Amino acid sequence: MTDIIVTAVFEQNLALSFFLGVCTFLAVSERFDTAFGLGLAVIVVQTITVPVNNLIFTGLLADGAWAWAGLGDVDLSFLRLVAFIGVIAAMVQILEMTLDRYVPALYRALGIFLPLITVNCAILGGSLFMVERQYGFGESVAYGFGSGLGWALAIIAFAAIRERLKYTDMPAGLRGLGSAFLVTGLMSLGFTAFARTGG
Amino acid sequence: MAALFRHVTSPLIDNNPVTLQILGICSALAVTTSLATAITMSIALTVVLCLSSGIISAIRHHIPPVIRLIVQITIISSLVIVIDEFLRAYAFEISRELSIFVGLIVTNCLVLGRAEAFAMRNPVVPSVLDGLGNGLGYSLILVVVGSIRELLGAGTLLGYVILPTVENGGWFEPLSLMQLAPSAFFIIGLLIWAIRTRWTKQIEAPKFALKQRQARS
Repeated sequence: MTDIIVTAVFEQNLALSFFLGVCTFLAVSERFDTAFGLGLAVIVVQTITVPVNNLIFTGLLADGAWAWAGLGDVDLSFLRLVAFIGVIAAMVQILEMTLDRYVPALYRALGIFLPLITVNCAILGGSLFMVERQYGFGESVAYGFGSGLGWALAIIAFAAIRERLKYTDMPAGLRGLGSAFLVTGLMSLGFTAFARTGG
Repeated sequence: MAALFRHVTSPLIDNNPVTLQILGICSALAVTTSLATAITMSIALTVVLCLSSGIISAIRHHIPPVIRLIVQITIISSLVIVIDEFLRAYAFEISRELSIFVGLIVTNCLVLGRAEAFAMRNPVVPSVLDGLGNGLGYSLILVVVGSIRELLGAGTLLGYVILPTVENGGWFEPLSLMQLAPSAFFIIGLLIWAIRTRWTKQIEAPKFALKQRQARS
């Protein structure tokens, strides 16, 4: 269980080695505090949606899931994209309403980032990886938490670096997006090095 | 006619989705380890983008604004499922290499971004052309990055040997870094630098400009 978390955080970091959620990663990392809020939201949503999608996939969509109803040869797994994106959108909506009702402080801190998460490919990617690697329920909880944590860690560190880079005098063509890519490349190189230590 | 043609040409470099609009980067980086996967992904995305723009534009007057995101995502994901199943049936090897990234076209911000920004407000023909242009702009970057990575990482292009490697008795020592994730970030970063050196209009304004040093008297 622990090794799934550690691998998901460092060695197979969603943002830095699978490039998932990189659009949001580059667009919402200009300031440290917004990056922190988004990172937090991703951890929460990822930890909830991956296990829920796991239940839905094994219970309704997987090959032979309808065997108890006498429909043993029905394979609905091609519907997983629509099902997962629906679950993610619904989860985000429910989470938004629950937080608004019970934890208004956190709700205000996350602000507009919750709805944005629906189209963050790190979330859908996490669920698709869960299916591809055939995780069980417990493993998918661990994977959801680990991959969310890894993504949050990456964007927080990246935002901290970018805040400093604002003051540098770099070549005109490299300013902004160009330098952001190079920095992400260097960070990715650093995270790849963890793969060797993890064993 | 010329105005329609602009929809296709302008996203190629002037308004490129990857290097300027920050759209669709996730998949652009992940599938470029070899040229074959890059080309397959480009075709898949361009087809989805054209069709989704066309369909969404055709029914744009009937979509209630409140639920437009759900409608758009449903249309896009249905198209992606068709493409995914098609690849699985006719190009199984490549579909295995692309792994989850064909499915991730659903959340590719490029598709949803063009649907939201262009197709919801324009007639069918310009929308399809806009989809085609953005798809081609995306493909251009993917093909360039894919060729660089495959050529320097394995010495081949589309599987044909261009630079004979040391292992096979040639002279070329493959750069294994090119097969790893970081190289994609570096190549796109440098590509943006090159494009902005040539087309200086795209340079971003500095947030904190340095004061010009006073000439010493």
